[in-house]
Amino acid sequence: MSQAPIKDNEVDIVIGALRSDLSSFFNEWRAYFSRFHLIIVKDPDLKEELKIPDGFSLNVYTKNDIDRIVGSTSISFSGYSCRYFGFLVSKKKYIISIDDDCHPAKDNKGNFVDAVAQHIENLTTPATPFFFNTLYDPYRDGADFVRGYPFSLRNGVNCALSCGLWLNLADLDAPTQALKPSERNNRYVDAVLTVPTAALLPVSGINIAFDREAVGPALFPALRLAEEGKVRWETIEDIWSGMCVKVICDHLGLGVKTGLPYVWRTDRGDAIESLKKEWEGVKLMEEVVPFLQSTMLPVTAATAEDCVVEMAKTVKQQLGSSNPVFGHAADSMLEWVRIWKTMGSRPS
Amino acid sequence: MAAESRSSPTPLLKDQLDIVIPTIRNLDFLEMWRPFFQQYHLIIVQDGDPSKTIKVPEGFDYELYNRNDINRILGPKASCISFKDSACRCFGYMVSKKKYIYTIDDDCFVAKDPSGKDINALEQHIKNLLSPSTPLFFNTLYDPYREGADFVRGYPFSLRDGAPTAVSHGLWLNIPDYDAPTQLVKPLERNTRYVDAVMTIPKGTLFPMCGMNLAFDRELIGPAMYFGLMGDGQPIGRYDDMWAGWCTKVICDHLGLGVKTGLPYIWHSKASNPFVNLKKEYKGIFWQEELIPFFQQATLSKDCTTVQKCYIELSKQVKAKLGKVDDYFNKLADAMVTWIEAWDELNPAAATSNEASK
Repeated sequence: MSQAPIKDNEVDIVIGALRSDLSSFFNEWRAYFSRFHLIIVKDPDLKEELKIPDGFSLNVYTKNDIDRIVGSTSISFSGYSCRYFGFLVSKKKYIISIDDDCHPAKDNKGNFVDAVAQHIENLTTPATPFFFNTLYDPYRDGADFVRGYPFSLRNGVNCALSCGLWLNLADLDAPTQALKPSERNNRYVDAVLTVPTAALLPVSGINIAFDREAVGPALFPALRLAEEGKVRWETIEDIWSGMCVKVICDHLGLGVKTGLPYVWRTDRGDAIESLKKEWEGVKLMEEVVPFLQSTMLPVTAATAEDCVVEMAKTVKQQLGSSNPVFGHAADSMLEWVRIWKTMGSRPS
Repeated sequence: MAAESRSSPTPLLKDQLDIVIPTIRNLDFLEMWRPFFQQYHLIIVQDGDPSKTIKVPEGFDYELYNRNDINRILGPKASCISFKDSACRCFGYMVSKKKYIYTIDDDCFVAKDPSGKDINALEQHIKNLLSPSTPLFFNTLYDPYREGADFVRGYPFSLRDGAPTAVSHGLWLNIPDYDAPTQLVKPLERNTRYVDAVMTIPKGTLFPMCGMNLAFDRELIGPAMYFGLMGDGQPIGRYDDMWAGWCTKVICDHLGLGVKTGLPYIWHSKASNPFVNLKKEYKGIFWQEELIPFFQQATLSKDCTTVQKCYIELSKQVKAKLGKVDDYFNKLADAMVTWIEAWDELNPAAATSNEASK
């Protein structure tokens, strides 16, 4: 059941730097990051120089690099979207991306969690989207398929996306956090599970990993709120992108896992302040979800790129008229595929 | 936001819940459950030799049915109730007059949570049933109605009321519910992982429902909980709960009801003989390859507005599409109809008023 061990040079860790001083971040993650190559992308709006400690193999990209490499584009890489540039320039099979305000978490036994290793394990073991296993991930040590699980489905499918979770400050929306200002997530749920096919979920970009070869183009910075900000409460771009990735994975027969690993997320920001801005995102979800639940991709869409193009068309047709933000999102999705193809055809 | 009732104590529901226990041996296991079960009414379904006396521990309020009772009460319709198989437990669901059912096997004991505390499985099932499910959109922090959890960013507000929960499927520490081939390959594997989560199984997704530690809202879904024709005289065993689970899930999806899985855990003490299990299951292992696509593709018409109507419709589809897999399915389809007839006879008020509210 186990796959060949993954080579370190198949992985890029992409960090979007929204803060300049990343010393403690990298020192805390050193044990888990230092084996791998890192791509750091500095938020184009960040003025200060980045402070990154020694001892890592990394490339740092700033606004100038982004402008030079991508050229003229309508895509904005500002804020959390800067990380997508890292996804674009990577040449590796697997990408792991964690927000720069996250720390290694501890499990129930008090041991630090190697989030990178867990994401890699999630991506390199099969997913089981067609039938729910009540003991969760059957490929984990000490687990298996339960009685009644059809044998023909036990090979599973490739896992293209691994969505991790967060202790302390969970990824709640602003209204929820504002109503419960002291609520923190202390529950370490020791499970990885495949999200079944046709089931949609809000994919948070805070702690995520994916198979770039399988679904790379499907993670895009497209749905920007008018007043998008520098805290996650003021964004929706990852949720939009993630839900599209799920639709695409379902169509292509790829799996999406959720659960471990956890990261520990710093308390910061003000939910009530963000509340004033994030209502737009909350309202948009009401339209997005029914649309995505009914989206069908044509059989001819056989790659992630094809799927993104098809989805962009449908977004424009069906959602574009209700809110210009969707029209822009559709345009961004197409533009993203264009950029992706251009990068892909360049020599490495 | 998630429900406000989370911080208040869980109601006991002792006059609204029956505990249904099938047994062929004895009920010694009830001693361990006494602190949690004693306040509830038990329905014991005695399988096997009706002349044997099954002793119920002192202090429990119960009704007990053996095969003679089942035959007497149902007459010719008793043919739909299995003999020499724990599937006979569904007779208990039929004769109950309560809103909720909890069913547990007689080799299941009280488990401990990671802090060492005894788990009150029944209380957790009640919490699961009394709070909504979220079948239309997956919440990455699992059950948002649990204390300490909530809906995550991006979860549409219009879906946060959830759906009524019809089924609460609990899990097992120690001996996991594996099929015979897996048991043979991994005889020593024990489930030691306590996963502190309850979650809703999304609409459109099937799962293997185990009857060892199961609770449901009898008023919402009872008639779908038929555990099929198993045991004596039947070509298959150990698929009773699976069959009920697939039918139940299709009907729940159709009627907009939710199914939860996860906590509570019980401690499953007995590993049944894998060779005996293999003989019982082996036809099922082949048949399930046909059954799964059947259930995945099953659709029910809009006029199926009650569980009974859904179930009868499903029985017709079983006959039409699975009859050719094996004649067993023709008999099973007939038994499904008999079950509903018997259910409606024993539950006359429910038959007319059980229109699922949408």
